[in-house]
Amino acid sequence: MTTLATTARRRDMALPGPLASAFEFLRMMSKKPVGLIGLIGVLFFLFLAYVAPLIVPLQDQVDVTAIYAKPSWAHPLGTDFQGRDVVNQIVYGGGDIITTAILAALFSTLIAITFGSIAATVGGRLDALILAITDVALTIPQLILLIVIAAIFRPSSFFALAVILALLQWPALLRQIRAQVLSLKERDFVEAARSLDLGLLHIIFREMLPNMRSYIVIHFIIAMTLAIYAQAAIMFLGLVPLSGKNWAIMLYFAYNQGALFFRDSFFYLMGPIMAIALFQLSLVWLASGLEDVFNPRLRS
Amino acid sequence: MATITPAQGELQIRTFQRSPLSRARGHLGGLWGRPITQAIAKALLTIFVTSTITFVLIRLMPGSPVEIKIDELMQQSQISYAEAAAQASGLFDINLNAPIHEQYLEYLGNLAHGNLGNSFLSRGTTVMSIILSVLPWTLFAVGTGLLLSFVLGIGLGLVAAYRRNSLLDHAVSTGGSIISSVPGYLIALLIVLIFGIQLRWIPITQMRGAFTSGITPGFTPEFLGDILFHASLPITVFFLTHIGLWILSMRSATLAALEEDHVTVARARGLSDGRITTAYVGRNAVLPLVSQFAIAAGAVVGGAVIIEQIFVYQGVGLRLVASVNQRDYPLMQGIILMTTVCVIVANLIADLLYSKLDPRIGRAGGATGK
Repeated sequence: MTTLATTARRRDMALPGPLASAFEFLRMMSKKPVGLIGLIGVLFFLFLAYVAPLIVPLQDQVDVTAIYAKPSWAHPLGTDFQGRDVVNQIVYGGGDIITTAILAALFSTLIAITFGSIAATVGGRLDALILAITDVALTIPQLILLIVIAAIFRPSSFFALAVILALLQWPALLRQIRAQVLSLKERDFVEAARSLDLGLLHIIFREMLPNMRSYIVIHFIIAMTLAIYAQAAIMFLGLVPLSGKNWAIMLYFAYNQGALFFRDSFFYLMGPIMAIALFQLSLVWLASGLEDVFNPRLRS
Repeated sequence: MATITPAQGELQIRTFQRSPLSRARGHLGGLWGRPITQAIAKALLTIFVTSTITFVLIRLMPGSPVEIKIDELMQQSQISYAEAAAQASGLFDINLNAPIHEQYLEYLGNLAHGNLGNSFLSRGTTVMSIILSVLPWTLFAVGTGLLLSFVLGIGLGLVAAYRRNSLLDHAVSTGGSIISSVPGYLIALLIVLIFGIQLRWIPITQMRGAFTSGITPGFTPEFLGDILFHASLPITVFFLTHIGLWILSMRSATLAALEEDHVTVARARGLSDGRITTAYVGRNAVLPLVSQFAIAAGAVVGGAVIIEQIFVYQGVGLRLVASVNQRDYPLMQGIILMTTVCVIVANLIADLLYSKLDPRIGRAGGATGK
């Protein structure tokens, strides 16, 4: 009964193309408030990081008369150790950190998908080798390795930083992709493609990956949270050249210039802390909401 | 980065996979078939690879620390390249004139003897002795926080799953997902900022270090109390950053276990709820978490670096950042290796515990049956 009703309803919805599927997606997202809050949060931060700087003028004039000012109408979160507006820095400080996270997630997902699916489809010795490498990489405390690598190479561009982050964070995802491909491998359509001799690349990229799309999207988001965690950590320790503006560098200066011990600077420190924490939370909640949408078993 | 900022999403899908080696166990049997042999082989391989990575990082990369040190020495003391190179090889404890593969073998040989070289800054102090003086503090704080969070998180997760969709369940799961999404170092900063500075409830400056300097070490109540006092903030942060992970994993594992047929059968047989909860549901649900615990141990040792920095706790993380700032490469190298060894040991314990807890593993191999 109920299944019939759902299929009927879905057929109605599917009529006018992409707009309807977007609407259907939103309808399913809104069933679980956590996912919707996550989506709104992520959209808010993306807007803040990429659109707001185009609207709000940059204020990075040093103002010695307003060092560590209390929150006021002119400076809603107060000012920093050089008298610059904190809100303005929050607006300008999201772009780099989010771009790096997206790039790192992209690279690590590519590594994980390529080698994870090769391991699972080819199997045998190659599978054992790739898994052994993955296990080793999983065991080394990655943040410690990252700190040492950052100390030696001092990555100055966010592209270089993204590559280093990606090289460290692929293993967990690779194991999951491999497990996923292993289960897809037994399905009839893959079997059919194999008997048609369509080639390994075709099977992986045309047959399997489209079936793992939702799964990959979710893990892309999780990979972003890991990248933000790690890059904010090394920036907070001052291990990357502290040029440019971003939330973690703000935090570094706030912490190391002694803002911690000015009671009026509470919001100067809370600004970047909250920006990073809330963005992380939004990403995690978006991922969890998407999981419910994509996984019909969890939906009921 | 398995520096797990654990994510709810990841937890629910995480498919638990044993390595292909253990899947082959059934066919091979004998000594190689024993999980313990494989685990030790894997551990040795990991140590070997890690030491190779650090060797490559320190020695082979363009602009490597050795080259930088030689330049530094040349400029500082106005000496020739050869002299500077000779000094540098003494500092790094490697013979720069030997071909690279011999340097590598010598380096591995030294490692096998537990010789990690000397620290740059405090001449004559071995890296090993420095690490051994700080590592126990980190392991104590990390281990205590992780164990407390594991025990309490499993309890809360089990209760939340049993009372699915109750107010308690929603509170516990939402709270767990919020707290596990926020990076640990931000939680540490928030504690310092709110309770240390704004409210002044916690004397953060007195809590720095591993213990108060005047006190005599020993198994006296004052000393143990003092250690706990100094470790309490790091322990709290390690506890808070991981409890969400255990709650959410245990909750979803319990929900899955509750639907198993054997639980329904046990109910039909009229077994008591307590017996079903512990022996039929709890034991199965907790299994995958034991392996996660080992993974978390690796992540938390990494995360400890910044948390120790914030609380100025005298552990291996504080030492690592100091060595990075002073460019003390042998010490950095040693810290990477020793923390990896700690994670490996945690993994080994988890593997052993897993095979003890899961009766299926013992039986399937035949040779390893209990």
